[in-house]
Amino acid sequence: MGLKQNLHKLKEKYKGTKMAPAFNALHTFLYTPNETTHSGSHVRVVDDLKRTMNTVIMALIPCLIFGIFNAGYQHYAAIDNTLRLDPLGNFFTWDNFILGAWTVLPLVIVSYGVGLLVEFIFAVIKGHEVEEGYLVTGMLVPLIVPIDIPLWMLAVAVIFGVVIGKEVFGGTGMNILNPALTIRAFLFFAYPTWMSGDKVWVHGAKEMAGQPDAISGETILGSLAQNHEPIYSIWDSFWGFIPGSVGETSTFLILIGALFLIFTKIGSWRIMLSAVLGALAMGLIFNGVVDAGWIKDGSSFYGLMSETFWHHLVIGGLAFGIVYMATDPVTASQTNKGKWIYGFLIGFISVLIRVFNPAYPEGVMLAILLMNVFAPTIDHYVVQGNIKKRMKRLKAKTA
Amino acid sequence: MGLLSKKDSKLILDPLADNNPITIQVLGICSALAITAQLKASIVMAISVVFVLGVGNVVISLMRNIIPSKIRIIVQLVVVAALVIIVDQVLKAFAYELSKELSVFIGLIITNCIIMGRFEAFALGNGPWRSFLDGIGNAAGYGVILIIVGFFRELLGSGTLLGFKVLGDPISKTGLYALGYENNGFMLLSPMALIVIGIIIWVQRSRNKELIEE
Repeated sequence: MGLKQNLHKLKEKYKGTKMAPAFNALHTFLYTPNETTHSGSHVRVVDDLKRTMNTVIMALIPCLIFGIFNAGYQHYAAIDNTLRLDPLGNFFTWDNFILGAWTVLPLVIVSYGVGLLVEFIFAVIKGHEVEEGYLVTGMLVPLIVPIDIPLWMLAVAVIFGVVIGKEVFGGTGMNILNPALTIRAFLFFAYPTWMSGDKVWVHGAKEMAGQPDAISGETILGSLAQNHEPIYSIWDSFWGFIPGSVGETSTFLILIGALFLIFTKIGSWRIMLSAVLGALAMGLIFNGVVDAGWIKDGSSFYGLMSETFWHHLVIGGLAFGIVYMATDPVTASQTNKGKWIYGFLIGFISVLIRVFNPAYPEGVMLAILLMNVFAPTIDHYVVQGNIKKRMKRLKAKTA
Repeated sequence: MGLLSKKDSKLILDPLADNNPITIQVLGICSALAITAQLKASIVMAISVVFVLGVGNVVISLMRNIIPSKIRIIVQLVVVAALVIIVDQVLKAFAYELSKELSVFIGLIITNCIIMGRFEAFALGNGPWRSFLDGIGNAAGYGVILIIVGFFRELLGSGTLLGFKVLGDPISKTGLYALGYENNGFMLLSPMALIVIGIIIWVQRSRNKELIEE
């Protein structure tokens, strides 16, 4: 009598009752079901929804582990600046890991616990199977929030995001907006003091504010927006030894995750590539504007506009957003041509928001949400364009 | 109700729930989003609309046989405009602070679709007494939703109700704030009002399945 058999028995016991989906989900989450189909032909593919989700989670694990170390590292480095002289030597230490785990893991637990609870409740009320849609969202959420966000705020946001962002549209696969970003956007507008500024990105910075040993955790984007020279080099930011949301700092690991997603054909390389191109294009435009002398040193946009165009890719959450959230197959464009447009505009608008709106130092969240809304429209016109083109061809042939 | 016949009381009660102007007919959304950040403003707005629509419906109903139908919209606008100016002046005289808060939205009652809608759909074809009841009912249905939305938005957004700090003081950290609670700034933004109205619509339709459209 293994766990599997027990779960199966529980499932059988509750079959047909209101709670059935809950037990069903628990069983199939851990094991393949005992039942097999006996008749008829069925199309079977290896990468069902659950496998897809697990692949994305695998691609996120390096970011999570790095985020845990980084949480500790940023805290200690903010207290003792000399640690920054040798980031690699002082990064993978037990102290960092313990502090990081102590602060990051609760975020993961709350995100999954609350989110899955909402999913279970909806499955039971609606009487359908529990959908796996939350597995990736639940992992993304702790990676894109500031380290010290109060857990109850996260819980409220998760409930809001899952119910209003997803369930009201009909659940997994029907949502218009990316649920993880809906959750982040809710936090951003509801509790702005916890989501932006220079006191939220490093553990403990908020409590220590105003004391003699106060620590500052300005992000690179934050510094640039105020025309300060950031204290981190571009390599720091590529490897990820910088303050930021929990799991988005290391462009290097995001790149590895991107390659993994492209290799497994889960993430769309078209969206990733075109978003990078979009960001570079906007960056080049701004560089051109500065070079032409239209924006003078001292203008409030100067810091961000004069930033070398490709730096935009490694600072802030742009890379993370492009790789893990713009590529969400549900909310992105479905057509190949649409994916190019969709991705390009995400990159383009992200950098635009970054530069022009000091209230939102990072634009990628709003850019992706905006393009999520437009994705069906883009698809519509791509499909219509295709139909028109083929009609023309047909007419030319028959005429 | 002994006072009203069954048909008449339906005129008042229907718009309160199953034929609510906001949640069923989806009219008058703009003002419901704009002024519901505070409960007090919602209540004043509700009362103003009750007055304008109640009196306006009676006036239009009395004139319904002498209004040439080609210019009826202009006549209706003149009636609403007159009534709205009365409300505006009364507010300016007796509740100046509030009228500053509501600013342009009292004036914009003129454009509230519910009012023109009731004039067109009801007052032009019914007697004054029934028109009065219909106006009061529809305006009350509008006001009820406004007050519900205003209640939640002020409570969760500012932690106050009618200006009283019911959840404690956020600055000196008393009450709920001592436990780490914080006001939800999103509640004060109009998009959240739309979501709150959406939730009300959701709750109402899941309680009464007949209201769900095909």
